[in-house]
Amino acid sequence: MSLSSALETGEVSRLPGRRDEDWRWTDLRGLLKALPPRSAGLPSEELEAGAFDALGDDIRILAGGAETQAVVVDEDVETTVVLRFLSRAATSLQASVILHVGAGAKLTVYETYEGDGSAYVTNADLRFEIAVGASVERVVLASDGEEGILVSQAGVKLGAGSAFSQTIATTGARRQRLETTVEHPGAGAEVRLDGLYLLAGKRHADLTTTVRHLGVDGSTSQLTKGVVRDQSRGVFQGRIVVEPGADRTEARMGHHALVLSDRAEVDARPELLIHADDVQCAHGNTIGALDEEAIFYMEQRGFSEVMARALLIGAFVSEVADRLRAPGGRDVVQDWIAEHMEVVS
Amino acid sequence: MLKINNLHAKIDGKEILKGLTLEVPAGQVHAIMGPNGAGKSTLSYVLTGRTGYDVTGGSASLNGEDLLDLDASERATRGLFLSFQYPLEIAGVPALTFIRSALNAQRKARGEDEIKAPDFLKLARTQAAALKIDFDMLKRPLNVGFSGGEKKRMEIFQAAMLSPRFLILDETDSGLDIDALKIVSEGVNAMRSPERSMLVITHYQRLLDYIKPDRVHVLAGGRIVQSGGPELALELEREGYDKYARAA
Repeated sequence: MSLSSALETGEVSRLPGRRDEDWRWTDLRGLLKALPPRSAGLPSEELEAGAFDALGDDIRILAGGAETQAVVVDEDVETTVVLRFLSRAATSLQASVILHVGAGAKLTVYETYEGDGSAYVTNADLRFEIAVGASVERVVLASDGEEGILVSQAGVKLGAGSAFSQTIATTGARRQRLETTVEHPGAGAEVRLDGLYLLAGKRHADLTTTVRHLGVDGSTSQLTKGVVRDQSRGVFQGRIVVEPGADRTEARMGHHALVLSDRAEVDARPELLIHADDVQCAHGNTIGALDEEAIFYMEQRGFSEVMARALLIGAFVSEVADRLRAPGGRDVVQDWIAEHMEVVS
Repeated sequence: MLKINNLHAKIDGKEILKGLTLEVPAGQVHAIMGPNGAGKSTLSYVLTGRTGYDVTGGSASLNGEDLLDLDASERATRGLFLSFQYPLEIAGVPALTFIRSALNAQRKARGEDEIKAPDFLKLARTQAAALKIDFDMLKRPLNVGFSGGEKKRMEIFQAAMLSPRFLILDETDSGLDIDALKIVSEGVNAMRSPERSMLVITHYQRLLDYIKPDRVHVLAGGRIVQSGGPELALELEREGYDKYARAA
């Protein structure tokens, strides 16, 4: 069951839904009675500059009904690619990108999901093939409309001694799933998977990750933070599997959420499945409210209540942006956070 | 400076302050002593505007301005500062950033210009040195991982930086060893001036050896039951609060 097979065949019965264990909090089948027509391609109106355009060596716009693109980075080359997925006018978009990163190469991928206010359906499939000693930093900003539906799934294959670092920031959609699946070879490879969701209204965001450690000496570090208010819903599913023999694996997973209203919801399922003996794995999951005592303390020092809340929420989420290594991308993400903080504070 | 008249306040429907009357003139330091549960912390929270406290009668004013109509941040802006018994940890916000933002928020609310960064840093270095606070500590998130003594020193540092007109010290001596008590007291004494008053809330006379009060009041059963000079603190230390507890 997947959105891509439903879009290919036009059959809504192929949509994943509540009965699929991994989709129980992100039900598409119960939501969609019909699939919208395919997008005809680039929108005719003048396109505004994207958040990352100034940083990219190669800017790709994906807006056609069903398209596949390839990004090939040769050995030892350093480059930055911008991928802009445009969802428009109550159509469907199915886009695939295959990224081959040669040995020793260094790729920064800036990826944006840009939706309008219509009831569109977008499915993005990305495949990262990362060779020995290469490194990839992937930064995703998902700015969907409140009626939009987005499923973005990235599969990552890593070579020995390579690195894959990811930061996803989203304000959610009507229904939205941002999923990453990593096959981790161990062998000195390093993975960082971070996420941030800032949700208001009736928006939904689902950050799902699976990392399978297949060999010795691999590390994974994961930090996801979220803020939900109104009737919004955040979903975090993080699974780290350490296969037999994947000794000396180091894995750390953290998910922390602030729930700012009674009707907002966070569903979290952190899972560490460890089948090897000699590993260091830890996970932490907290869901709480803003500390009213801390707010009074700050008001007593002269902060207005609004400022106090904004400062506490800002401090809470900024930890995710601080972990981003690409400086240009970090600035854009910090600006994006500042811009969307009002939504939740 | 501070005038409290026949103040009544409840929390969770229970009356804690039952007609408290107190006046602290400009330039004076008054101590409030009393047994557990007398209403000492409630008084500090009601004065500073913490939510959850229901004022059912009486008045409180600072320099003639009614405090009870203002919210907590407005009271801070008017120059009221509470040194917390248990200072909060503010994760993710460096101490200096926190204090500078607070100072500028107060100045902005008073219609003053923001403090210039070099002036702020110079002031911070001077005050930190006086309180024997390592300047690097001010770059760390406020109070996160600080010891009890460090948190209390940080409260006095904040007071020195914000320069309030009226200072309430709520059990500032709790959790302090003798050396830290001396440093904190010297910090407080350095702030004494004819334009500034203080209310020192404490269980024990010991703090008053270092911060010498002009007047001592006994708070028991939600009101001031006795007032006197500094010698009253010594008498309380000898005789305890028993007779007031019975009277209440």
